[in-house]
Amino acid sequence: MEQFGFTLSKARVIDYDANDRTIIDFILEREPSLKSCIECGGCSATCTTGNFTSFSLREINILLKRGENKQVRKKIRQCMLCGKCLLVCPRGVNTRNVVFLAKLAFQKFDGHAV
Amino acid sequence: MTGSVVVVGGGTAGMEAAGQLAKAGLSVTLIEKEKELGGHLKEWYHLFPDRRNSVEVLDYLKKQIIHDKIKLLTGNSVGSFQKKGSDFTLNTSNGEVIKADAILLTTGFDLFKSERKEEYGYGIYDNVITSADLEIMFREKKLKLKNGKKPEKIGIVHCVGSRDEKAGNLYCSKLCCVTAVKQAIELKENLSECKVFCFYMDMRMGGALYEELYRESQEKYGISYIRGKVSEVGVNISNKLIVKVEDTLAGRPLKMELDLLVLMAGMEMSEGGTRIAEAAKLNRGENRFFAPADHHIGSNRSNVKGLFYAGTCTAPMNITETISHARGAVTDIIDYLKNGRK
Repeated sequence: MEQFGFTLSKARVIDYDANDRTIIDFILEREPSLKSCIECGGCSATCTTGNFTSFSLREINILLKRGENKQVRKKIRQCMLCGKCLLVCPRGVNTRNVVFLAKLAFQKFDGHAV
Repeated sequence: MTGSVVVVGGGTAGMEAAGQLAKAGLSVTLIEKEKELGGHLKEWYHLFPDRRNSVEVLDYLKKQIIHDKIKLLTGNSVGSFQKKGSDFTLNTSNGEVIKADAILLTTGFDLFKSERKEEYGYGIYDNVITSADLEIMFREKKLKLKNGKKPEKIGIVHCVGSRDEKAGNLYCSKLCCVTAVKQAIELKENLSECKVFCFYMDMRMGGALYEELYRESQEKYGISYIRGKVSEVGVNISNKLIVKVEDTLAGRPLKMELDLLVLMAGMEMSEGGTRIAEAAKLNRGENRFFAPADHHIGSNRSNVKGLFYAGTCTAPMNITETISHARGAVTDIIDYLKNGRK
């Protein structure tokens, strides 16, 4: 039989219903200011880490809200907690605490630190 | 009908309301703190969305107030006022005492002082200007950089002093988005070789024909839109402006060199209005503008019977809305005076 080299690709959809939102729920309960993020990217524009790596706090926020936790776990280690993003945020989100709480949540629910 | 009304503020709302009140037979005193009437409208070049010359609307308003029943007091402001029963007595800064049956506040707005967003460099870098400065440049046909050269690459920053907790203003000023689109088009018309970039968080094209203008700006004028809030502005060694923003749709930080940066300054409660609000204990909203008695069915009424509002002293509004709101106030005032001052 002729082999065409077809393989099955893993779907790249965000499976919203299957995704786990324990991490974001944990963060929002302790830092409700994150609810008002409008994804303007001010934090990422000013971020020193983001200028050299793929780290973007705006992206982290949205990934957490969608329950794409695996990606966040990998990325969040890059933040240096300098807090420049705090100065820029037009919505007054306590951005640094979001990172801190995300790390705490991963440690609590995954059983080991990021 | 008879009765006397004092209108405080000779901008668009005040001029329109004074004219309509006089036509209804009421005696009107129109007080304006500046020497000239016209408020912010007189600083504009063209209006959105049809880019009509603002002078046409100003001429209409000036004709409105040519009436025997209207007394003008320019270069004068309200010092204080008292209410006894349903009668008002006003003292002006020039020492005049005016009696009135009703008061209409049309104290308008102040432009956000862009120096307050220090990170954008207004007042620090030569070629950072505001939307209001640009209107004057258009009007005076002096569209150039500080060194006299023509700008080739121009950035427009949306939401300067609006939707910004750091500036103390949580609300949307509503008109800056469409002003940015209008000014971007006019920049291209004046300098056909230039490139224009709008840095926005959301494009709020809610008014009549705004979306069409936005589309025209893309299709006909090639304006570029980049979604992200500018975090800071600096200059490089050749004195060009450098903006830093996250291109949120590409998901990467972006920097761009620009010749000219235009800040879309938002609208704030006016200082004059604030002074009156505090003296007369008038309710104000979280946005510091006058809070109407009822947002749906009483947007011209205040918490003091016989005292009314019109225009941008209650919220950001465009010229069309301001004129309609002024006419609404006139209807409410006539109703109040005719039907037992309740």
